[in-house]
Amino acid sequence: MTSAATGVAPGTSGPTGVTRGASTPTVVACGADMLADAVAGQAVDVQRVDWRPPMPGTEAHLATVATDPRRPEANRRAVAAMLGVTAHLVDVAPAAEVLGLERGQFLHAGPPIDWERASGPLRGALMGGAALEGLVDDPEDAVALFESGRDVSLEPCHHRSAVGPMAGVVTPSMWMWVLEDRATGRRTYCSLNEGLGKVLRYGAYGPEVLDRLRWMGDVLGPLLQAAVRGTEEATDVTGILTQMLQMGDEAHNRNRAGTLMLLRDLSPAMVGAGFDAADVAAALRFVGGNDHFFLNLAMPACKLALDAGRDVPGSTMVVAMARNGTDFGIQVSGTGDEWFTGPAQVAEGLFLGDYGPDDANADIGDSAITETAGIGGFAMATAPAIVRLVGGTVPDALATTRRMHEITLAENPRWSVPVLEFQGTPTGIDVTRVCRTGILPQINTGMAGRVAGVGQVGAGLVTPPAEIFPQALAALAARAAQASAGRSL
Amino acid sequence: MKDHVELRSGAYADSVTLLQVSRSVQATPGVVAAQVAMATGLNLEVLEGMGFDVPESSPNDMVVALRLDDDADLAAVLAAVDAALAPARPDSGRATVAPPRTTASALRAVAGGAVALVSVPGASASVEAMDALEAGHDVMVFSDNVPLAEEVALKTYAAARGALVMGPDCGTAVIDGVGLGFANTVRPGRIGIVAASGTGCQQLLALLHHAGERLAAQGHDGVGVRHAIGVGGRDLSAAVGGLATREALRRLDADADVDLVVVVSKPPAAEVADALTSYADGLATPVELGLLGPGQRDLTAVAEAVLARLGHDAPPWPVHGADNSGPATGPLLRGLFVGGTLCDESMLLATEALGPVRSNIPLTDDLALGDDLLADTHTFVDFGDDALTQGRAHPMIDPTLRHEQLARAAADPGTGVLLLDLVLGHGAEPDPAALLAPAIRQARRDRPVPVVASLVGTDLDPQGLAQQRDALVTAGAEVHLSNAAATRRALQLIGDAR
Repeated sequence: MTSAATGVAPGTSGPTGVTRGASTPTVVACGADMLADAVAGQAVDVQRVDWRPPMPGTEAHLATVATDPRRPEANRRAVAAMLGVTAHLVDVAPAAEVLGLERGQFLHAGPPIDWERASGPLRGALMGGAALEGLVDDPEDAVALFESGRDVSLEPCHHRSAVGPMAGVVTPSMWMWVLEDRATGRRTYCSLNEGLGKVLRYGAYGPEVLDRLRWMGDVLGPLLQAAVRGTEEATDVTGILTQMLQMGDEAHNRNRAGTLMLLRDLSPAMVGAGFDAADVAAALRFVGGNDHFFLNLAMPACKLALDAGRDVPGSTMVVAMARNGTDFGIQVSGTGDEWFTGPAQVAEGLFLGDYGPDDANADIGDSAITETAGIGGFAMATAPAIVRLVGGTVPDALATTRRMHEITLAENPRWSVPVLEFQGTPTGIDVTRVCRTGILPQINTGMAGRVAGVGQVGAGLVTPPAEIFPQALAALAARAAQASAGRSL
Repeated sequence: MKDHVELRSGAYADSVTLLQVSRSVQATPGVVAAQVAMATGLNLEVLEGMGFDVPESSPNDMVVALRLDDDADLAAVLAAVDAALAPARPDSGRATVAPPRTTASALRAVAGGAVALVSVPGASASVEAMDALEAGHDVMVFSDNVPLAEEVALKTYAAARGALVMGPDCGTAVIDGVGLGFANTVRPGRIGIVAASGTGCQQLLALLHHAGERLAAQGHDGVGVRHAIGVGGRDLSAAVGGLATREALRRLDADADVDLVVVVSKPPAAEVADALTSYADGLATPVELGLLGPGQRDLTAVAEAVLARLGHDAPPWPVHGADNSGPATGPLLRGLFVGGTLCDESMLLATEALGPVRSNIPLTDDLALGDDLLADTHTFVDFGDDALTQGRAHPMIDPTLRHEQLARAAADPGTGVLLLDLVLGHGAEPDPAALLAPAIRQARRDRPVPVVASLVGTDLDPQGLAQQRDALVTAGAEVHLSNAAATRRALQLIGDAR
């Protein structure tokens, strides 16, 4: 008999029988195995949930937030807003121009922090930045400057629509990528990537670091500006991310394909911009030789998407994860600009040369914005090489991405993982699911030396401190209770 | 110490692999320091920083730089380098997929229709239930100890979306013949049940099944239960307002194969009763309200009313082992129940006959039992009550507490009759009589205390009704299918003794 003959058209709203949908539904059993067994014993499909108690002390808050009637729709809205953003590369310009950053103003990665609590690599980067801006001649003299606090101020990149890898220090003269969501005109910003090794973002501030930064300011920035402004069709950064995820990059610790695709897009205009040929060659060599160059575009693209998901009342979606080398902080859509922070952890991984765990600083950088958006560690399955940073295997990589689906709200339809049958990357970390499962977001990261000036010492995997998720959950629960009180007035 | 540096042109591995190789070589005995890396500028700097002297090289060369103890075996270390460089190929095809950790995650893996069955601790139940509702599925919440406000929130959310929340504290449902929770296997028919009580529902299932079998033998078909939808004991309270009952009625009314619906519940709050009655009156399918409580019918009478509405007389409800019961051995009736509604029903009948009785689920607060569950009067204990199941399984699964109390009551010289229930079906202990029969035998060892039991189940249940009944009868019990009938029999024995 056809469905028409039964008078029940498929997909009509409102069930006409007792069960919704199929006549023999699968039973999803969460809890006592005995009850699942009893159903399975009746020859019914049973899908069992491997339920375990939530993070200690979160039960009541979880129930409050789960039954907050605003939450489901709020999360749908936040996810849809995030997934709806396409980031186009529209400009390259100094931070002074595009962020209005003034002399003495420093941006840094992570949640807010002052000099006193700043870690070695952040201090090193600030010292180098002060010298770059001519506030001091010798970076070492900047210590006194920052200690005095006179005429200098620190502010998170995130507070200025920007993101910065590792120390994330941005000073007025640094050139920034400018990404735009053309639907809304919203923009995000990120500095240009310096390469690996002894670089400012890892806390190094020696002469070679400053020389490189000056060259980037004098040559690379203006050339890229000319190239971006001279490229007919603005580069679709979100689109490059789509492609690179199918080419073995997870866009946090591996940006090789993305970098080369960017170069492919920009090099004609770079060559044609009328700059000195030697400078153009140097710039092409610099970009092509730096596998991480694209990271600084991946990050603001992720931020642009996530910022669209901010400030949805009732939403439990994480919109930023960021570290300043001392604290790990998250922001959540439903709790505005509040940071929930805990001590940043030291990554587990492999070390360069003689360096070991004792040389490594705690986790640092805004680059966890990639994981927040569902790539980086979350897309580990598409970049199996990265899992070997902790001695893992390809199955580990697959398992990691699958595990992240446990704590996320959606699958990204644009960013897919071929080896997982093109399943979308796990996107939109849900504070409640982290608290329920105890599964922490997996972050791929570089490791900076603990001591200012050292630079990179390794790379590896890290997770946020667990306690920041119950903190955020408590704030969500408080707001849910307020909203409920408001409704019942 | 000695350094060994060699270039391997044509060899390549990615930097991540090489970091790992270096780490593994560093752990080899005799190795002070090791760095295996492609000879890129950055790596050459690192090697220089470590004090290695690297010959002229290109970035496509692999550098193996080793610093060894004086007595280290270079060949052995180089073998370790090679071993570390050899690709390990675990079988990625054998990667197992971890089971889902939340109801939401499990539902993503289900194509087509699904219903969630949640039995996690009460404090976490709403969270899992919301997963199902959000994904557009019905949910049965078996868990108890779920706060009332959460129940209201769940059902309000569900009502707006045409979804059904069975529970919390919903012990029983039968959907399209599939039992969820504690449920009996019944012959299919055209009756729909909406039950705010699990064991009340099971009693009705058992009685209607029995009647249906008898009627079928006489050529009357169709008496049987098509669906039994649990709604949770608080659904018809003023706070919840019958949200799930209304949705269940809507579903059953829409089912062309349901001729009659029976609602089993304690009497609803007054305003809920009015709304429910007018809602039921607006349905095409007739609704029999089987309300339980003081002055109301017992479950067996409700079953009989249902049969009458379908034009049938009730069959005689079966009794076995009536000869086992001699006179009462004392003045007091002791009821020990696993089913809350069965306990309630018996108490109501006993109160009419004997006056106030005491219980852990008392009819009025002043009749509450203390924590020891003992009193020098008629007592009724519901071992399935929330307070007695915190941190332990339901007595249908773990009867230890009841057996202990059974021994205590039997030893009390005041005890004249022991009144028990035993519930069969999916989810219950696979052979409950095997546990209860020895306890009954033990209880009657010193004094022939009459043991009257209601055995709620069907001949299609996995435990086998006849086998369970025979075990109890052999142990000395008198076994009824109707709990009301069992109670009346116990009261008769007590009455005869007074």
